[in-house]
Amino acid sequence: MAYFDAASTEPLHPRAREALLEAVDVGWADPARPYTQSRRAHLLLEQARSEVAEVLGARPDEVSFTSSGTQAVHLGALGTLHGRRRAGRHLVTGAVEHSSVLHAAQLHERDGGTVETVGVSLTGRVDPAAFEAAVAREGTALACLQSANHEVGTLQPVAEVAEACRRHGVPLLVDAAQTAGRLPVPAGWSVLTASAHKWGGPAGVGVLAVRKGTRFRSFLPEDERERRRVPGFENVPAIVAAAAALRAMAEEAPEEQRRLSELVGRIRETIPKVVPDVEVIGEPVERAPHIVTFSCLYVDGEVLLGELDKAGFAVSSGSSCTASTLRPSHVLEAMGVLTHGNVRVSLPRGATADEVDRFLAVLPELVRRIRHDAGVA
Amino acid sequence: MTEVTAPALTIDALGKKCPIPIIMLAEQINHVPLNSVVAVLADDPAAYTDVPAWCRLKSHRHVGSYELPGGGWAIHVRRNY
Repeated sequence: MAYFDAASTEPLHPRAREALLEAVDVGWADPARPYTQSRRAHLLLEQARSEVAEVLGARPDEVSFTSSGTQAVHLGALGTLHGRRRAGRHLVTGAVEHSSVLHAAQLHERDGGTVETVGVSLTGRVDPAAFEAAVAREGTALACLQSANHEVGTLQPVAEVAEACRRHGVPLLVDAAQTAGRLPVPAGWSVLTASAHKWGGPAGVGVLAVRKGTRFRSFLPEDERERRRVPGFENVPAIVAAAAALRAMAEEAPEEQRRLSELVGRIRETIPKVVPDVEVIGEPVERAPHIVTFSCLYVDGEVLLGELDKAGFAVSSGSSCTASTLRPSHVLEAMGVLTHGNVRVSLPRGATADEVDRFLAVLPELVRRIRHDAGVA
Repeated sequence: MTEVTAPALTIDALGKKCPIPIIMLAEQINHVPLNSVVAVLADDPAAYTDVPAWCRLKSHRHVGSYELPGGGWAIHVRRNY
C-alpha cells in the first residue's frame, strides 16, 4: 500500500513515537501543581513550547497549545476579533482558506460582524493588491491567509500580504497547517496556527501563536491554562511528541522536502502526457513541496478513489461525490477548475520514487476503464 | 439587458450528478451548427463550476449561466469549432 494522503495527516514520525512513549510515563501529571511529578510535566511542557517556538520563529510565551489545528484557527480568529472589537468588526479572508477559517467567519457574521472574501486566480492564489484593497477598509479587525492551500498546494503571497496588513495596522492570522515543519514560516504574522498531526506529530495537538503586542481576548469562559488563550488541561505527552516530530521534520526538511518536491514535479509533468483530458491544478512552481492535484474529465471522483484504493493507493479528492455535503470543494469552485474526477496526491516523508512510478503506471488504465464504463467515447 | 441567444439544443441533465451532465454535453455539442448555443439544464452544484471549466479546457465558449425557477441553472455554451 502506498499512502499518498499526507495533507490529511502525516504518519507519526518515529522520533514522535519514541518521545510519546517516554512522556506517557513521565509527563502525565498536572503541569500546574507544585509537587515533583507536576514539576516534571511542567518542565516537559515548557521545553516542548520552546522547541516549537524556535522552529516556528516565535517566542515561547507567544505559543499556546490547542487540541487541534481547527481549534487553533477558531480561537485565533475569534479571539483576535474579540480583542480588536473597538478597532472594528470587519474580517478579510482568502476564498480558498481551510473550512475552519470560513466557519469562524460565518460565526462572526452571525454575530453581527462583516466578512470580505478575496477571490483567487485559476491557480488558487490571492492577488496581494486585491487583498490590500480589502484590508484597507475602515474597521478591519483581522485578515486571514493560509501559507499554502491544503487541496492544491499553491503557496499564498504571505510576505506581501503581511507587509500590506502592517501598513494598514491590521493583524494577520497565518494558517501554516500545510507547511509547518516543511517550509520556513513566512515572516510578518500576528497570529500563527498549525496542526501537529500534519507534521508527523500525534493527533490532538494544535499550535496557536499570538505575537506580542497583538490584541487578543479569548471569547470562551475564563480558564487559566495556556496563558488564558486555550481552555483545558494540556495533553503533555502528545505535546512533547509533537515538538519532537516538528524538530525532526524541520531538520530533515531541506533534503526530504526537496526530494518530495521533485517527485511532485514528476507527477505534474507526467500525468498530462499519459492521461488524456486531464487538468493539473494549482501553481506549478510556487507550491507546497508535497501536494499535487489533478482532475480527469468525464470521471467520477469517488469511483476513481475506490479503484486507486484497490490498486493500493490512498489518495483524497475534492469532488462532490466524495464529500459528506455532496458539494464540490469550495477551493476548486473558487478557482473555477474542474471539480469532478479530482484526485489529490500528497506525499508523506519517505514516499519513494518507485511508489510514484507505480502510481503513474496504473492511473492511465484506471481512468480509461472508468471512462469506458461510463460510455465515454 | 443583454440578449440571450436561443439555444439550438437543450440538454436536460436535471437530477444528474457530475460528471454525467459534462459527458452529455461533450457527446452532443457536435449535433449543433458552429456558433450556435447548447443549453445544459443541471442542478448538481458541481455542474455550475464544471461546465465553464470544460469550456475553458475544450476551447468552447461559456456564454452564461441562468438560474432556473425550479432550482438549478441553464448553462449556455457556444460551439466554437
